[in-house]
Amino acid sequence: MTKVLDIPKVNAKNMTEKEFFYGHKACAGCGGSIAVRLALKVLGERTYSALPAGCMSAVGFIFPQMAFNSNAIITTFPGSASMAAGIAAGAKALGQEDFKTVVFAGDGGTADIGFQALSGMIDRNDDVLYICYDNEAYMNTGIQKSGLTPYGTKTTTTPAGQNIPGTITHKKNLFEIIAAHDIQYAATASIGYPQDFLNKVNKAKHVKGASFIHVYASCPTGWGTPTETSVEIAKDAVDAGLIFLAEYEDGEYKLNRNPKEFKSVEEYLKKQGRFKHMSDADIQCVIENRDKKWERMRKNWL
Amino acid sequence: MVSVKLVKRLTNDQLTNDQIIEKMSRPKHTEYKTPTHIDDYPTGPQYEAGFLPEKNAGWRTFKPVVNHDECIYCLRCYLLCPDGTIMKDNGKIKIDMDYCKGCGVCAHECPKDAIKMEKE
Repeated sequence: MTKVLDIPKVNAKNMTEKEFFYGHKACAGCGGSIAVRLALKVLGERTYSALPAGCMSAVGFIFPQMAFNSNAIITTFPGSASMAAGIAAGAKALGQEDFKTVVFAGDGGTADIGFQALSGMIDRNDDVLYICYDNEAYMNTGIQKSGLTPYGTKTTTTPAGQNIPGTITHKKNLFEIIAAHDIQYAATASIGYPQDFLNKVNKAKHVKGASFIHVYASCPTGWGTPTETSVEIAKDAVDAGLIFLAEYEDGEYKLNRNPKEFKSVEEYLKKQGRFKHMSDADIQCVIENRDKKWERMRKNWL
Repeated sequence: MVSVKLVKRLTNDQLTNDQIIEKMSRPKHTEYKTPTHIDDYPTGPQYEAGFLPEKNAGWRTFKPVVNHDECIYCLRCYLLCPDGTIMKDNGKIKIDMDYCKGCGVCAHECPKDAIKMEKE
């Protein structure tokens, strides 16, 4: 792996002016499209993208509109990682060298349906960067609960009412599950901290082998937020401690952001339509789960 | 590989910022010809990258207006635009109104409030 210090930094001033995800049909203010657009700009022109069923494939490939300006393909829902592994192997067999294969999958396509293929890809250490844009439900099919939907979320399959307060399970610990494969490089990011995300994609670009980035991307349609606040919400989630920014590299966990004080969880939740119904007890449950997680992370990762 | 008859690329001279789009290497808006014969349809699953026969401008209720005197060229809007419609143009930012959806992220994130959303 290339040393971190040798990698030239990418930022808004020096990044390529080419757009590789342009004219797509995503909802106004879509967080997932920010993640895909920025990642493709860092990875450059010689990129093979593989996208399973999900928002980004649905909005990018509407015939005859083709929003991807580099090589892109829609894969089977459970097989995006296998297909990307095949693309990487095929390009290598053709003698290509300066390319990167990348998967853009949603939270359902990563944590639930696409998980076995992802696990296999990391096990074989294929030269693929897997980016999971996490909007916390199956948004493309109309907001159903996924493995990464947090506690209390109102979705169409977990409606909030007298019996249950929306989703009754907590978010799957995807980052640590991936890191437990002893992957070369894994990271979590948020579109609320775009420079941090750019740095992580840039680092993963230079990894020869499997790498994984879990990026928190807001969804104004599914979350019930105004379109202009989608970046602010993604930043608030990090500031409230519900999303953490961390890296796993050379067998070591690293916490990138360790705030002394968290912002109000209640304020973050009440901004969104999907959490509007939550009672004080439910919010307390979210806070307790957060504190437990941070206590463990601070103990083991610092 | 690609059905050439269907995707005959035409440069749209009516675009006011056409030259800038060319310079900024964005995909251009392309005319779409309705297929008249079965041979006009693509034969395989491949398709041309960056082929844009439709504009997204009709989605917009509010449009961003940039005050260049206030703008400090920090490029935060350029970085965070979900559609990538904001471009650099000799130390100024410029917006491709054909593909701006009017979401307002640029105006909301601007540290100097140099972008205002105005009703179309």
